[in-house]
Amino acid sequence: MQLIYEKCRGRRATRLDPLDVPAAALPEALRRARAAELPEVSELDVVRHFTHLSQRNAGVDDRFYPLGSCTMKYNPKAMETAAGHRGFTQLHPHLSSAAAYLPRCQGALALIHELEGLLAEIAGMHAASLQPIAGAHGELTGALMIAAYHRDHGNAHKKIILVPDSAHGTNPASAAMAGFRVVQIPSNAHGLIDMQRFGEAMTDEVAGIMLTCPNTHGLFEPDVARIAERAHARGALLYYDGANLNAIIGQCRPGDLGFDVMHYNLHKTFATPHGMGGPGSGPVGVGERLLPYLPGPRVVRRGDAYALEMPEKSIGRIAAFFGNFLIAVRAYAYIRTLGDEGLREISRAAVINANYIHARLKDVYKPAFDGRFMHECLFTAAPQAEKGVRALDIAKALLDCGFYAPTVYFPLTVKECLMIEPTETETKETLDAFCDAMIDIARRVDTDPESLRTAPHTTPVGRLDEVKAARELNCAHPPCG
Amino acid sequence: MSWVPMTAADERAMLDVIGVETAEDLFAAIPAELRMQAWQAPPGMSEMAALDHVAGFAERNDPRPVCFLGGGYYDHFIPAAVDALAGRSEFYTAYTPYQPECSQGALQAIYEYQTAVCRLTEMEFSNASLYDGGTAVFEAATMAARVTGRRRVVVHDSVNPVYRRMLATHTANLDFDLAQGDDPAGAACVIVQNPSFLGAVHDYSALAERCHAAKALLVVSFYPISLGLMKTPGAMGADIAVAEGQCLGMPLGFGGPYLGIMATRKEYVRKMPGRIAGMTVDAAGRRGFVLTLQTREQHIRRDKAMSNICSNQALCALRALLYLSLLGKEGLRETAEACHAKAEYLKGRLHFAGMLNDGPTFNEFAVRLPRDAEDTVAAMLDRGFYAGLPLATLEAGGPQDLMIAVTEKRTRAQLDAFATALEEVSCS
Repeated sequence: MQLIYEKCRGRRATRLDPLDVPAAALPEALRRARAAELPEVSELDVVRHFTHLSQRNAGVDDRFYPLGSCTMKYNPKAMETAAGHRGFTQLHPHLSSAAAYLPRCQGALALIHELEGLLAEIAGMHAASLQPIAGAHGELTGALMIAAYHRDHGNAHKKIILVPDSAHGTNPASAAMAGFRVVQIPSNAHGLIDMQRFGEAMTDEVAGIMLTCPNTHGLFEPDVARIAERAHARGALLYYDGANLNAIIGQCRPGDLGFDVMHYNLHKTFATPHGMGGPGSGPVGVGERLLPYLPGPRVVRRGDAYALEMPEKSIGRIAAFFGNFLIAVRAYAYIRTLGDEGLREISRAAVINANYIHARLKDVYKPAFDGRFMHECLFTAAPQAEKGVRALDIAKALLDCGFYAPTVYFPLTVKECLMIEPTETETKETLDAFCDAMIDIARRVDTDPESLRTAPHTTPVGRLDEVKAARELNCAHPPCG
Repeated sequence: MSWVPMTAADERAMLDVIGVETAEDLFAAIPAELRMQAWQAPPGMSEMAALDHVAGFAERNDPRPVCFLGGGYYDHFIPAAVDALAGRSEFYTAYTPYQPECSQGALQAIYEYQTAVCRLTEMEFSNASLYDGGTAVFEAATMAARVTGRRRVVVHDSVNPVYRRMLATHTANLDFDLAQGDDPAGAACVIVQNPSFLGAVHDYSALAERCHAAKALLVVSFYPISLGLMKTPGAMGADIAVAEGQCLGMPLGFGGPYLGIMATRKEYVRKMPGRIAGMTVDAAGRRGFVLTLQTREQHIRRDKAMSNICSNQALCALRALLYLSLLGKEGLRETAEACHAKAEYLKGRLHFAGMLNDGPTFNEFAVRLPRDAEDTVAAMLDRGFYAGLPLATLEAGGPQDLMIAVTEKRTRAQLDAFATALEEVSCS
């Protein structure tokens, strides 16, 4: 398919009204020498081009998307309508910067206040802030709050954050970006935190521990309360990575488990669209210890009106305003539509679905662990790899069957990992079709491995040469010399 | 209301296959004492009731006044095709293109976006997006520290005070030395903004030379629309160009989602944070696109990664590409010229106010009013205007200082009415 830049024929897609004021010119020295070579095409050219591009892309709306750890659930259409209201989309963020303007954005401030309250309640936290723009940004915010807390408490020696080896790469990256040294805790053979190694690592220098629970092996950490107790006894704080909140929502709450700080992924648990990689939203929640350190300014209620206030010990602005506000509107609409019962139903159905897939595939693919999976199930394709068909090949073969692929090669702790997260919004028929395809692929490992090694065969392009991409580095048209 | 399609019969059949009696058995791994007792979650509602409820919040906001607010975020026109195409669910319900064979739409769009950014800025490499303009400044600072091995970051007065606060928050626990001014000696980088927060347009070519002589990088935070007209970061010799991309087709949306733009020179691309799409071929020689240089990223390098960024603002990058494709080469220039000409016209109508800019400006400028700026904007609300940003609120000016932004959307009639009202209100 051509690039939009290869379709340029000197056409125009838009035009302004004739200028109704005198023309003005910047001094020559401040002007650009040549106009930027942007597309010169008609509106229909643009519409066709991007419609064709969209047809070369797979989303949740057109297929099952069992991408583990990403919670690719259905994104209800009503939330798009809710967020599209002119009273939200046309609202200038600096209306929050001057007291004179605050009466004109009370609805937005009220919604922020309400959603922060709901998120805190859902996770058993004291308060939440919508500022962080994505999950990893929430992690960074949490780590910065942990740092501020320790600075404030004279704990200059606490420079380490413990992270399990099964954690998302963002955890160690965020801790490092916040100025901490990262120490990794290994998992045991059951896919859980090795408590002895944890005990050894749990020194006075530890500022905090970042945990995902259930962890990225899909398993609930049974020792979570003991970990919290031992961390707190040493003055360390406990961070909850909300990536897997879908598994436990309405069943147990991170705050009740002993976590001091967490982030939520609104684009996972609360069904806001993933948008090819973003925008997401990563609000943080805090327990009592970190309450004074939340990013600010915060929306507070004063009588019938909403105002802004900077908490005394706030880490300050982590976002320019209130994070990805229009994403928050979608999450708020979703939570209010589901309500108490609907929220509990999420985790219940998500866990049944993952266990159903596990039950149907466990005799054909080797489960990565022997414990009870929660909202996602992990297999190792190591036995298949010995026969010359890797996890990557299985993923590519699934594309030919009309499915997106599971997450592969993550977590790094599982060889040839296939990580399958069905979510709660898929029907039994879809799960059965997926399992049938997986079983058929397992059969073809013995009967026709070549067709798997060369898959996919039905997509617009076949497997792409990643080495060439990195070596020859063509990232703009025409490529930079 | 819920979107769980599981029937009672499905559930029974599935539990039987799993081999448990009840769904409750599947949660046995959670110790009983840790199970949730009760929560204060409101009851659910129908789609109809929920939409009504949420609309109630929207109706307590006021999008009607004619907007002269800027300060980094602008009221530009968005062609209808941007919403129509970015609203295709093949784009917005997909995730990061981990499986390139069925994500060519996203990957080619990112490649085309990167191309647009490079052509706009006259830089060599763009990433696939960062969160927003403020976090892009922070990422630029840490990237400069990686490139130079230095920890001193010099922030020029021209930089948006909101970005400066965000930079201070993000670097609070890093041993960075944040300094003000433009002295590159011993610095990882000097960060400037063009036009400045108060609207001033400069050529930073000489500063680029001073930076390079001191082995420091020059980071330029730019306003994308202004590059329809203005000298580019690339032409000035910038090493890293960053921007708030909201003006390229993102609604104001009370603060987001927006778009962080970042571009750099070829020699620094391997130190750049964020995803990057690259062109390649498949076995049959067909052109295709993949995410490339992934060894810079957190999912591979973990605590040694260039950044922690995972989710970015890909859909916003698509919107920016759509916007720039629809405006095109001539349309962007025309829009930038209209913004500039209308702002100049309005300046000429504000003889009663003192101009705080003594040099050229693009579409935003600051004035000193005869009375308090916050009182003035309050009074201007009744006349139907968001009259601008009182600079004292961001500690960027005195109590009578007001910053006014003008976009291509403002008509001469609106400018005249605004000037008349502002004179009446602030001189009374």
